[in-house]
Amino acid sequence: MSERKLFAHELEARLDELLLLSLRQRSAAEPAALLEALPRQLQERVLHWAGVAAQTSDDLGWLIASRAAEQAASLGAQLDDWARAGLDAYDRSGLAATRRALNDYAAAHRAGAFESQEGVAFGAIEGRLSRFLHALEGRPLKLAGGPRAWTDSETLWLPERLDAAPDAAGNRRLYKAIAALLWAQTRFGTFNVDPEPELAQWPAPEAALRWFALFEAMRLEACLARELPGLAADIAGLRGPWPAQLASSAAALAQAAASAADSLACLAELRRVGAGDPPNFPHVGALDPLAARRVRAVRIARDTATLRQALNLLRAVDPSAGGEDHPDYPPLAAEGQTQQLDPQAEFLALPPPARAAARSLQQDLGEIPPEVLQAAGPGAWQPVDGIDSAAAPGVTTQPDAFYDEWDYRRAAWRHGWCHLYEMRAPVGDHAWVDEVRTRHAHLIRSIRRRFEALRGEDKPQRRQFDGEEIDLDAQVEARADRKSGGEPSPRLFIHRRRVERSLSVMFMVDMSGSTKGWVNDAERESLVLLCEAIEALGDSYAIYGFSGWTRTHCDIYPVKRFSDRYDAATRSRIAGIEARDYTRMGVAVRHLCGLLARQNTRHKLLVTLSDGRPDDYGDEYRGRYGIEDTRRALLEAREKGIRSYCVTIDRHGADYLPQLYGPAHYAVIDDAQKLPQKIAEIYRKLTG
Amino acid sequence: MNPARNPAPRALATPLVHLDSEPYYHATGDELAVFAAAAQSRLPVMLKGPTGCGKTRFVEHMAWRLKRPLVTVACHDDLTTADLVGRYLIVGDETVWMDGPLTAAVRAGAICYLDEIVEARKDTTVVIHPLTDSRRALPVEKRGEYIEAPPDFMLVISYNPGYQSVLKEMKPSTRQRFVALDFDYPEAATEARIVAHEGGVDDETARRLVKLGGLTRKLKGAGLDEGAGTRLLVHAAQLIANGMNPAIACTAAIARPLADETDTRDALDDLIRAVF
Repeated sequence: MSERKLFAHELEARLDELLLLSLRQRSAAEPAALLEALPRQLQERVLHWAGVAAQTSDDLGWLIASRAAEQAASLGAQLDDWARAGLDAYDRSGLAATRRALNDYAAAHRAGAFESQEGVAFGAIEGRLSRFLHALEGRPLKLAGGPRAWTDSETLWLPERLDAAPDAAGNRRLYKAIAALLWAQTRFGTFNVDPEPELAQWPAPEAALRWFALFEAMRLEACLARELPGLAADIAGLRGPWPAQLASSAAALAQAAASAADSLACLAELRRVGAGDPPNFPHVGALDPLAARRVRAVRIARDTATLRQALNLLRAVDPSAGGEDHPDYPPLAAEGQTQQLDPQAEFLALPPPARAAARSLQQDLGEIPPEVLQAAGPGAWQPVDGIDSAAAPGVTTQPDAFYDEWDYRRAAWRHGWCHLYEMRAPVGDHAWVDEVRTRHAHLIRSIRRRFEALRGEDKPQRRQFDGEEIDLDAQVEARADRKSGGEPSPRLFIHRRRVERSLSVMFMVDMSGSTKGWVNDAERESLVLLCEAIEALGDSYAIYGFSGWTRTHCDIYPVKRFSDRYDAATRSRIAGIEARDYTRMGVAVRHLCGLLARQNTRHKLLVTLSDGRPDDYGDEYRGRYGIEDTRRALLEAREKGIRSYCVTIDRHGADYLPQLYGPAHYAVIDDAQKLPQKIAEIYRKLTG
Repeated sequence: MNPARNPAPRALATPLVHLDSEPYYHATGDELAVFAAAAQSRLPVMLKGPTGCGKTRFVEHMAWRLKRPLVTVACHDDLTTADLVGRYLIVGDETVWMDGPLTAAVRAGAICYLDEIVEARKDTTVVIHPLTDSRRALPVEKRGEYIEAPPDFMLVISYNPGYQSVLKEMKPSTRQRFVALDFDYPEAATEARIVAHEGGVDDETARRLVKLGGLTRKLKGAGLDEGAGTRLLVHAAQLIANGMNPAIACTAAIARPLADETDTRDALDDLIRAVF
């Protein structure tokens, strides 16, 4: 890359090309003019992020490009973090949120929040914190950077940067304290009470909310002290002693029996005596009970539905569990049976997603409400056959194959149910692969080195007829044999030979709509790295994408067949992998395992890259049906001698993956961006 | 527990371990009864479970219970048939036959425990086949000998299904010869009792160690290949019992053996700090 600055007309041309502006009657002249003054390196960063954003959506690309042009000069080296914060916000909640996130970041930057050397950026501690939180009990939580610290009970937002403590270690501890207290809010029932009536009685509800957050922090710290005493001591050390006038409240809220209602009581008490603004403690995050309770209500409804459906199904199959008749799957027992339920025994029989839902309900409500356990009336659960009769869009030719699908409710096959089409893999931009290879050049080099070492592990083959070295053991044995009158073996040499790995690997890549954006980028980047790695190993491998839209339209995209080489054409097809429709997984597994089984190697391995559970349009494949069908397909694969492994970035993966792949045969990556870095290592472990 | 070792006649001879004091073992299910019944019926046993959950200790305990000598072989990827069965050695101008551990165990009517059998070379596992069916015999090809196993001989293998390598799975033809027992980490209260007993720490420290162990096990698949086994917790407890600061002991005995990657290591340190 030359050092010459790009002129405005060059910048305009490149932006135009990246964002296809001419098609949208927009002009890049204005941002280009702003960018002209920047050093070349910064210009390239802006173009890079505009291009990345444009891959997700044109509007996002335009937003990033135009805002970057205005702010790049002041952001300087922080441009990358700024853009990442924006893209992250887009993945979570769309364009408006991106605009807000970009502004927030720039404002914080202008306010000098990122100046100090001792401050710690969220990105620098995210990996450590997410693992820490993952290990703690309770529902899995997502971690994200945002303008302030708070949680909606499913995601923890932490400030992009902390600077309150005098040194970096202190700021890291502060991050941990904030995150732990937010986790404790979801774990110890902060959102089980509705503070709105109390808040409404205050002249300044915002101040009251901050008081409530402070009382909750006191209570939760005591909850932590009972389970994680070291952590609580850490927090106590960070905050220093509570102000004297609050000491009695702190003591009352530290009781084991204290609940969020007691914090509200403290708040009411405070209102009576009158209070101004609460003291500021950096470790106490913000509270947004309205948002959190909304998320909680949706979750409770979802968990209740999941659990109820699973229970009904269970009772339909197992007459001893009672429940309503279902027209399609009538219980075997006679009418008028007792409706006695044994929740404990029943939960054990539930599928993992329903068990997770039950645990989550318990966490939200303290117990599973009895009405959930009661059998619901007729019509509470109905099998939906999707849009069977309606012709799927775009199908004009005969399917390449028909596959049976397993219906666990019938415990039978649906014959020829899935129509499989082997499509032409779309061709993408070859330059993208080159860009990935340049960007990850260092990583690729180190992966190749490690993999070559794996291949280069020459195993000495003992007792050969000829070889480079004498096998002393064999010599001694032969001499001993001759002495004892036996016939000595002529195999007296050690031959060093590369051990034949004899392994074929099929990579099955999820091209469902939910992968759109960063997940898709991460998948493609991972595939590039994997190919580089496997080329060094010499294993035989293939890459197929899968997607689909109902059972009559299951598509398979051959990106690299076993016979294809890793050449420019293959690389373009990797670049062309894109997010499409749904994830009907069973049929894809069956088809690809059929191809894999034909490989003439000793070991065969199916690796799935995915971002979630099996799913398809219509309610039928979603949920247990899809999981059972996929499980069945994987079992069939196993019978063919194919091992399967799944790499997913679905944080709920641990709920259903053990059932699909077995306890040790999956990996959950908490962040799509880390997939490329992790994937080669996973492959090495898997086949080493 | 200090098993008195039979002094071996020569350095290379297989140690037959006679356990005369009870190795501590806390049963969590019906494994004692199943193992005893399998021994009675002369069936081989396979122990499955994650590392450090008490498989080896269980075998030692059963050897003591059944009053049989124990031969333990830690399998590795260069373990050959001769390493198990035996070989001729030259001593002076003589050839001397030296029984391998398996042969020695068969002759003595001992329990032969092949630890982590999947690690051994594939061809090695085949020599145990005739010992695992109704023949119950070991053909020693070199010597033209066919050793029928005495009633007390018992073959036990262990294997960790958590291994992710596809190249290290046991063949069905081998698996299906064994009575299998599943091992897992014990429940928290039981595990705390084990840690307190084995590590010599008070109940509260043991409870916290077990809590920490449970937290690390949740990281399996999300940074760790496997959480801390009971053995690691006992190691940490022993360091603490020797007067070491609990946090330092846990870092040294639990966090460092588990992880190299920075984020995971830091997260483990955070967990240790959180618990102690």
